[in-house]
Amino acid sequence: MKNVRIIPRLDIKGPNLVKGIHLEGLRVLGKPEDFAKYYYEHGADELIFQDVVASLYERNSLHEIISRTAKNIFIPLTVGGGLRSIDDIKQVLRAGADKVSLNTAVIRNPNFIKEASLKFGSSTIVVAIEAIKQPDGRYFAFIDNGREETGIEVVSWAQKVEELGAGEIVITSVDREGTGEGYDFELIKKIADAVGIPVIAHGGASNINNVKEAITIGHADALAIASIFHYHVAEQFSNNGDSKEEGNTAFLKSGRNFGIIKPSSIEEVKEQLLESGISCRPIK
Amino acid sequence: MKVAIVDYGLGNLFSINQACLHVGLDTKITSNLTEIKNADAMILPGVGAFGDAMNYLKKSELVAPIKEFVKTGKPFLGICLGMQLMFTDSEEFGSNEGLNFIKGKILKFPSHDTQNSIVKVPQIQWNQISENTDEIWSNSALKNIPKKSYMHFVHSFYAKPENDNHILTYTEYADIKYASAVIKDNLTGFQFHPEKSGELGLKIYENWAKTIIK
Repeated sequence: MKNVRIIPRLDIKGPNLVKGIHLEGLRVLGKPEDFAKYYYEHGADELIFQDVVASLYERNSLHEIISRTAKNIFIPLTVGGGLRSIDDIKQVLRAGADKVSLNTAVIRNPNFIKEASLKFGSSTIVVAIEAIKQPDGRYFAFIDNGREETGIEVVSWAQKVEELGAGEIVITSVDREGTGEGYDFELIKKIADAVGIPVIAHGGASNINNVKEAITIGHADALAIASIFHYHVAEQFSNNGDSKEEGNTAFLKSGRNFGIIKPSSIEEVKEQLLESGISCRPIK
Repeated sequence: MKVAIVDYGLGNLFSINQACLHVGLDTKITSNLTEIKNADAMILPGVGAFGDAMNYLKKSELVAPIKEFVKTGKPFLGICLGMQLMFTDSEEFGSNEGLNFIKGKILKFPSHDTQNSIVKVPQIQWNQISENTDEIWSNSALKNIPKKSYMHFVHSFYAKPENDNHILTYTEYADIKYASAVIKDNLTGFQFHPEKSGELGLKIYENWAKTIIK
């Protein structure tokens, strides 16, 4: 029985939860700890924390946020962003992460996957693949949050990643990320059907239908979702007058213009999946 | 009440420790023989490969002290790979001998199911636990946990006990109904991660904590 996992993805910059478009143009939404706690209490199956600037500046600023969060959240937590060495991974795990997500470091040195999975166990090592579609229809992997092209074709890369010992893959469509244009089903299906390890789809969901299709058409094993959930929570927080954090600023007060993103709760997403005959862990 | 969380260089001990602290247990992450001997209960964690884990246990000279501890009748809990290590042997990368507390084998999930569809291995998902018998369930740390509850699983291998009476729960994956929790006297083993299974998982720790006698 395959039970699809619903995984809120929190992009983090400094102390703030942010959301961009195409992994760029970041807007501050609030404190990651508050969102993480809300998601834990409302049926999230796991959480992903991604430090969206760590990779650029070669630094790891997440540890404090992780350890504050991990003390009160009893679901798996994956952390990514700027992890370059066995020691980087060790520190993040010690702070309370259960898994790490690697991209730039493993593109530069694929054997790092092998080294890390032997050291920490395959199930601890998630490889993130950020893909951009080329004019000829192929997809290439990018690093540094979609800023740098590698010339590596993603399907063969996904297979290599599996061979080297990764336990899971997160596939991000950089073209779709934050746009709400829907997941890139073609990309997700290519990857999900090419490997024997679970594939988490990320990038582009604007509504529950997109989520369903990533599973039925794209064959995703799990969904990483940001905007749909974050905007829903931001609405809850600001309705409760709870948006005290410095981060919850202009964007949220601007009449909450979420474009084509249709905010939904995890409960709503799961209910609709179950109604469509897609298995997942029900909330009650 | 001191719970020794055995540290043999493998596995993420943070989350197990957090869950224990959350339910009021006094823990010690340790590989120290005296601390292990004097503990009131023991948790054997573990991620990764069976063979590596046994090698680490041997290298740290922990096999004999763990076996001695189990003989005292004090509560012992194996989690994930820690549960698999409780068995006789594993087929992972050749044959590897385990701690042999429970007779049985550790087998790998197939890459395809009976319909020949791809099965994703490791199983990484929330899955349901069903009772073997009501009696075994209600005399375990699962009492007052609703049957068919969802727990968080991460594993590529599964346990096949020789004796059905040692099976606490069943779970289905890859068209295989396998033992997802085992129990024998003072020993309990969970293939799933109660420390990563939300509030219900914490309740399991709470129940297990009540079996510890100071």
